[in-house]
Amino acid sequence: MATTAQAAVASDLGKTLQRDMLAKYYGALETANEDGVPVAYLFIPGNISELTQVFGFLPVYPEINALQCGIKKVAGENIVRAEDLGYSSDVCGYVKNDIGLMLKDRRSPFGRLPKPDLLACNYSGCNTFIKWFEALAHFYGSEFFLLDIPYIRESGISPGDVQYVVAQLKELIARCEARTGVTYSEARLREILEYSRQAEDLWVQILHLARERPSPFDSYFEAVFYMAPVNMLRGTPESVEYYRQVLREMKARTEEKRGPVPEEKFRVVIEGPPAWPHFRSFWELFKRWGAVAVASTYSKVGGLYDQGVRHDPSRPLESIAEYAMNSYTNWNLAKRADLILRYVKEYEADALVIHSVKSCRSFSVGQADFREAFVNELGIPTLMIESDLADPRYFQEAQLRNRIDAFFESLTQRRLTGVTA
Amino acid sequence: MATLSDESLRALVEDVSFPRAREWREAGGKVVGSFPVYAPMELVHAAGMLPVHLFGAGGGVEIEAADSRIQSFVCSITRSTLELGLRGNLDAFDGLVFTNICDVARNLSGVFARNFPAKTVTYLHLPQNITSAAAADYMTGELRRFLASLERMNGGHVTDDALAHSVAVFEENRALMRELHEVRARMPWLLPASEAYLLTRAGGLLPKEEHSQLLRERLAEIRRRTARPMDKMRILLLGSFCEQPPLTLLRAIEDAGCYVLEDDLALGLRFVEKPVAANGNPLRAIAEGFVRGGATSSVCHTVRPKTEWLVERARDLKVDGVLFCTAKFCEPALYDYVPYKEALEKAEIPHLHVEFEEKMTAFEQAKTQVETFVESVLFA
Repeated sequence: MATTAQAAVASDLGKTLQRDMLAKYYGALETANEDGVPVAYLFIPGNISELTQVFGFLPVYPEINALQCGIKKVAGENIVRAEDLGYSSDVCGYVKNDIGLMLKDRRSPFGRLPKPDLLACNYSGCNTFIKWFEALAHFYGSEFFLLDIPYIRESGISPGDVQYVVAQLKELIARCEARTGVTYSEARLREILEYSRQAEDLWVQILHLARERPSPFDSYFEAVFYMAPVNMLRGTPESVEYYRQVLREMKARTEEKRGPVPEEKFRVVIEGPPAWPHFRSFWELFKRWGAVAVASTYSKVGGLYDQGVRHDPSRPLESIAEYAMNSYTNWNLAKRADLILRYVKEYEADALVIHSVKSCRSFSVGQADFREAFVNELGIPTLMIESDLADPRYFQEAQLRNRIDAFFESLTQRRLTGVTA
Repeated sequence: MATLSDESLRALVEDVSFPRAREWREAGGKVVGSFPVYAPMELVHAAGMLPVHLFGAGGGVEIEAADSRIQSFVCSITRSTLELGLRGNLDAFDGLVFTNICDVARNLSGVFARNFPAKTVTYLHLPQNITSAAAADYMTGELRRFLASLERMNGGHVTDDALAHSVAVFEENRALMRELHEVRARMPWLLPASEAYLLTRAGGLLPKEEHSQLLRERLAEIRRRTARPMDKMRILLLGSFCEQPPLTLLRAIEDAGCYVLEDDLALGLRFVEKPVAANGNPLRAIAEGFVRGGATSSVCHTVRPKTEWLVERARDLKVDGVLFCTAKFCEPALYDYVPYKEALEKAEIPHLHVEFEEKMTAFEQAKTQVETFVESVLFA
């Protein structure tokens, strides 16, 4: 463990600490089946890892495995393996990556992954989640629980929605007790939720630092990295300590006026998931223009903490239910567009970038439509580009570069004429 | 009314100017359309409005205006439904209702809400965890919300009596629909799948009472038919629960030597498969009808694996094979295809996969595929 953390703030401290945390996590996963540790597969948006933790489940997040495979450049082969089994070229690459991993005995570049004992399908913001875990239930024969999280279809959450989710959580508790033999303890859940709440508070403070000029970090290309513990390993003292350290690091960067690029020239808001299989090249296309993301929607898929969402030990199940409904893609399009607009204003962004990905229709359908409103009704310079979050075959670098270059050239031009006018 | 001929039924189904909806509106009524699959249209009926089941444009319009709003990797029905809206074909519709069948349909509701602020656009999140003891309560709340939006459109209260009457009207219609599809499953030589399909689709366009009358007359006439069974392959067609294959494709499948004993075409119109119990609380009865009697499809989770259901269904119907007929880009159907295929192979039931789009014009290849399938099974 990082014992030097008490000394002066090392640069990239957050990165080193996270590497250690994830190594420990994947290490535990490697022997979970053999050690008899129960394993719950969960999705990131609206995950109920605090609750499964009470029963000693280790969480596995197939989406995280898919994005890791993307970064480690093995997503392509996994996807092809799933397509050979019969999956269409038109369905989500994350799902195919996961099926492809399964077909390879779950051997990944970050270790061997365990089989699921429980498929806790938290259906929040993505219908494909249901199809995904139904497929895993077919292949593994594992226990399946569908936690139905109502979409935010009006301006907010109704009491009926909360009651419905809480009732299901209680049904899940009974199933977990039966499976693990562990009795549910609300006291233990409150303790776990308190750690989650603290980590969430710290994470929001970090996100808000991107209001500074220059922003101390990229709120898309770096935030998607820093968000890992708050998405995956909530409810632990380690995750609280992690965010305490990252906050220190970001504050130090702010004081030194140090940002992710040598000179911050453009501040942008980014909507949509990253192109994981070409992550570095994708980032480079923006860095070369001195473009920094000051806010992003993808960093809110695991929870809209910056919008006031918190786990709350005093209202354990209710706050889990409310949290689960408040993942970014579980918000209706009007609320999503409104959030983007607020980000542009609050973070003083020069432009909006929309990355439309084929794999994730939950994100993509509607983007081309609200783009119209941003450009024509609100006058926000908006760039819309297309590739994929999982499938490396959809990343056309030359084409993307042309579009991105043309966009920032026109922004530069606009600025020059704006100055002289 | 006189029984509609197949060709006038086809004209009704393919007319994307929605003449019946326009007539209804011109007479002072209101019209509410639903996007597939299921929607509780009894409520629309109870509010005195015309419920219409939309199914895209079926190739009836070129995608132009919608092209810049919905990406090219999205299914035809989504793009063409928006196109219909942007071209004014849905001007007669006062309201539209969407449900959580997939992410695309869900987000399309948001696109409609933004582009058509004068219409009442409702998105219903129907319960997916149907085993939860709380599912029917939750859905009753969702129905109450839908009813309240209809009441706002009308400016009047919808009574429990009106609701109970509409439930009965829909029940009668679904019973007739079940009868129609049972006749076809037992004696497919009397009722081609394409005809059953047109009769079903008409139920989404005509007033319910009129459609029930049509079904009664047609059922009587079908029973008088004297056609003899032929040596054809008995198939179950699956995967067309939302976007509909072109009628020409259905006819090509039949012409290739198939009796389609059962299918999931226009499933939303006959989604509730078991009788709805009248219990003095019509909204609750509708909710229970959905939770306890919903059809098996890729858009609703079931506790029992769907693979078991499919193999059992195929055996009960004594089909010679299963034909997966799925829309391009239809994720729910394409995901389920793989487990289904595996289960059928294990059960030694032949299967074939054909993909379609609304705008497809060449059917020869699909027909040849099906012919080869028929030959390989019947003459092996």
